[in-house]
Amino acid sequence: MSILTGSDVVKRGMALMQKGGVIMDVVNAEQAKIAEAAGAVAVMALERVPSDIRAAGGVARMADPRIVEEVMNAVSIPVMAKARIGHIVEARVLEAMGVDYIDESEVLTPADEEFHLLKSQYTVPFVCGCRDLGEAARRIGEGAAMLRTKGEPGTGNIVEAVRHLRKVNAQVRAVVAMNEDELMTEAKNLGAPYEVLLAIKREGRLPVVNFAAGGVATPADAALMMELGADGVFVGSGIFKAENPEKFARSIVQATTHYQDYELIADVSKQIGTPMKGIEIRQLAQGERMQERGW
Amino acid sequence: MKIGVLALQGAVTEHMKAIKACGAQSIAVKQGEQLKELDGLLLPGGESTAMRRLIDYAQMLPALTEFAKNKPVFGTCAGLILLAETVEGEEAHIGQMRMTARRNAFGRQVDSFETELAIEGVSDSFPAVFIRAPKIAAVENGVEVLATHEGDIVCAKDRHLLACSFHPELTGDRSLMKYFIEKMCSKQTVN
Repeated sequence: MSILTGSDVVKRGMALMQKGGVIMDVVNAEQAKIAEAAGAVAVMALERVPSDIRAAGGVARMADPRIVEEVMNAVSIPVMAKARIGHIVEARVLEAMGVDYIDESEVLTPADEEFHLLKSQYTVPFVCGCRDLGEAARRIGEGAAMLRTKGEPGTGNIVEAVRHLRKVNAQVRAVVAMNEDELMTEAKNLGAPYEVLLAIKREGRLPVVNFAAGGVATPADAALMMELGADGVFVGSGIFKAENPEKFARSIVQATTHYQDYELIADVSKQIGTPMKGIEIRQLAQGERMQERGW
Repeated sequence: MKIGVLALQGAVTEHMKAIKACGAQSIAVKQGEQLKELDGLLLPGGESTAMRRLIDYAQMLPALTEFAKNKPVFGTCAGLILLAETVEGEEAHIGQMRMTARRNAFGRQVDSFETELAIEGVSDSFPAVFIRAPKIAAVENGVEVLATHEGDIVCAKDRHLLACSFHPELTGDRSLMKYFIEKMCSKQTVN
């Protein structure tokens, strides 16, 4: 029997197994274990969470491989890691280390201001950020096996993630409602590959899983994104910048699963301590907006 | 016929679609009380560690264990781990299927693969998608091995319980789901 690795089915399938779950940013083995014990479906191994990247300034790069390795050794759930946009070698290094998923991420300083990675050439699957369907479809065209909204990372402010998820979903609905002879012009207008729009039209949804990311700070934020149609949630700074990360992690996991059980959400939101301090988006200078990165 | 899918996390909608395609009614199960009305239950693929935590949060383990004692249950991938009587390196979960499961037995995601398998009584060439898959390291007497991959047991049946390492919900081939619903759920095997 032939054996096929790195196929679309295997890469997109991996993301399907994450559905309904919470993926948490962690910077060491101890945090990874807290995330796993709380019920995270995966962890994202990083050198700094996005809010600390904001605070530190300078160039943000792929994490030190020792941190990634430490996290991989600490947990049995999948481990993701971030590579800079267009940084072929960071991505290949993470793939060689055996990480389960790579995030080609705008949270890090881009290595290429014109081109993204050709993700179809890798065995490891990729997740990428998007703000609208054009961006989502371009990333799928390059081979991304999973999407997430960009939101505005490290702010603890959900407004941008809501904007991006609503936008993508409204544009998907419009494509599904179109006649096939209208799709080429729509592809031109969105800057999207025609084939991806055709697949959306035929399947009635995006061909890959789409998570929410970039600003989730409370259990209610996570449930809101599920309510708006996200397949799951990334929580970056929201957990380990909260007053009580263990309780916060457990509560966000439960609120994501039972996102329409409002009594439960009220219950798990009690006595979990203070969430991370947020940032009003309008206070960010143009150059501080990570969501603008990506092309 | 009503077949439930444990809907806490994972490939829930894919399984529900497959159940409907086999002509049965599919029900998303998020609470223990919902099990009472079911003729069979699917434990979907997902992250087994997270799924176990969510089972505990919802206090569903006693109800799931009771159900699996005499009603048909089909566990795929993470569901296989939940069903196994013994799980290497950790405590068992629902623990009703007489076998030993080994987590992530085929490696990490870069080792995940597609292949075709012969499944006894089901198909000569079943498209099987293995994603960070577990394997069945051993089975006890009386457990039927339905499929192997390069010598590893990847599908088995123990009385009213069925488990596979791979993801039948990710392909259009409904023969294994049909086998579960028609051969195992309609008889309502009770010990």
